[in-house]
Amino acid sequence: MTDVGIIGVGIHPFGRTEGRSGIDMGIYAVREALSDCSLNWEDVQFAYGGSDASGNADTMVKQLGLSGVQFVNVKNGCATGGSALYAVASTIKAGEYDIGLAVGFDKHPRGAFNPLPEEWGLPDWYGAQGYMLTTQFFAMKIKRYMHDFNISDLSLGRISEKSFANAELAEHAWRRSPVSLAEIMESPMVNDPLRKYMFCSPAEGGVALILASEKKVREIGAPFIKLDAAIMRTRPQGSFEVFAPSIENDIDGSATRLASQAAFDLAGIGPEDFDLAQIQDTDAGTEIIHMAENGLCADGEQEQWLAEGKTLLNGQLPINTDGGCIACGEPIGASGLRQVYENVVQLRGQAGARQVQNDPRVAYSHVYGAPGVSAVTILRK
Amino acid sequence: MDQDITGEIPHLVLSEDGSYYLQGGHNEALGKYVFPLMGGDKEFFEPVPLKREGTVWSFTVQRFRPKTPPYAGPDDFIPYLVAYVDLPGQLKVEARLVDIEEEEVDIGLPVELTVIPDINGTPGSVMHAFRPLEKRAA
Repeated sequence: MTDVGIIGVGIHPFGRTEGRSGIDMGIYAVREALSDCSLNWEDVQFAYGGSDASGNADTMVKQLGLSGVQFVNVKNGCATGGSALYAVASTIKAGEYDIGLAVGFDKHPRGAFNPLPEEWGLPDWYGAQGYMLTTQFFAMKIKRYMHDFNISDLSLGRISEKSFANAELAEHAWRRSPVSLAEIMESPMVNDPLRKYMFCSPAEGGVALILASEKKVREIGAPFIKLDAAIMRTRPQGSFEVFAPSIENDIDGSATRLASQAAFDLAGIGPEDFDLAQIQDTDAGTEIIHMAENGLCADGEQEQWLAEGKTLLNGQLPINTDGGCIACGEPIGASGLRQVYENVVQLRGQAGARQVQNDPRVAYSHVYGAPGVSAVTILRK
Repeated sequence: MDQDITGEIPHLVLSEDGSYYLQGGHNEALGKYVFPLMGGDKEFFEPVPLKREGTVWSFTVQRFRPKTPPYAGPDDFIPYLVAYVDLPGQLKVEARLVDIEEEEVDIGLPVELTVIPDINGTPGSVMHAFRPLEKRAA
């Protein structure tokens, strides 16, 4: 099997762009990615792409060029981007093609998502009676976690403070004004213990990645950012995941733990080797939980890590270096690929004012969503 | 005979003694419970009444009105308490907490099943909730 590298990356700024459709943001990102590696659309041999709520990715061939390219649509909830990336990488590894595209985009209306119970295998009353909210689940998960592992409210605030500070330095981020810790801690409560400035919002954006076999990368002469692992997992028995009318008594494991462990095994490296990480931060509490679920620290260590600034841009393990979902918003189909985009930019040393110092060599990304899916990647240069 | 008040596989059942119980599913061989019992679970799980008493395992306050659909409550929104209630030896169920102020709730609080008028406004229709055990006499 050949090694696979990411040679081109493109992003349409996240946030809100009036008058531009989700798929047009995807097309914008593809053109950026092609330009990034000096390839033409006709050079792309195959593509996987998708959105959660903004249409079929393959229709973008009309604008990009009717080259007859093999283009497969992916619709896999919060793991849409990660699943597309997995499929592209696997196809190249298998030796079938040398150059492929993974693209994800979305454009969501304002406010919380409103999923319908029947689409998630749940009874109507679960939605009708007001339980079917991701914010509610994440609030109860972090409430219990804080109780079990002595995490303070202030730690939640520190996560958001970092997100907005990093986003100020990221051109593609949405909310680019710093918000003080005091302002965060005084913002209105949404789902206790989580406040307004601790949540991400549904948003808009598009990301495209061009992948190539090692041979092709050397032919082209592009910088080689190796994709060591791209893994997607669903939830195991006994896990505590979003949209759960009930939880088993013995909580054990999670989709995230399965995906991260599989990626460590595949890459032959672990959290101690990471120079930076992008992890799912649907809200500040989620970032705290995911620090441990991804093995970056032990349960409970987050309190000290955050107090010491270990996950800041200049810390021991910078996390969510572009502000994450909290500051970039969450266009579902694009969100996981944004993390990979940011990691590529950081590994290339092209992140400008938010560049992680000391020449980072290994970067990790992790996305999580309903109803308990997780996709992770490990990049190495 | 128990009366089915919520459709094909009821999750809230009125028993002959006039009290309600939550109906889950139980697989004895695996020692596992599910709630609610969905059509697809029936092959593996026997219907079983869940315990009426438990403790608050975690909780939050829902402070914004969920979108409609799926939410069926009135436009005039009042924040409500939601908890996972640990039913010992069975499982944790998600339910509203009533008859208590948010600052009085804590993890470990003993609670019991009750019913409240369904927020969809259907006369006579009820939905499940839990309330503090100590309020029973009140």
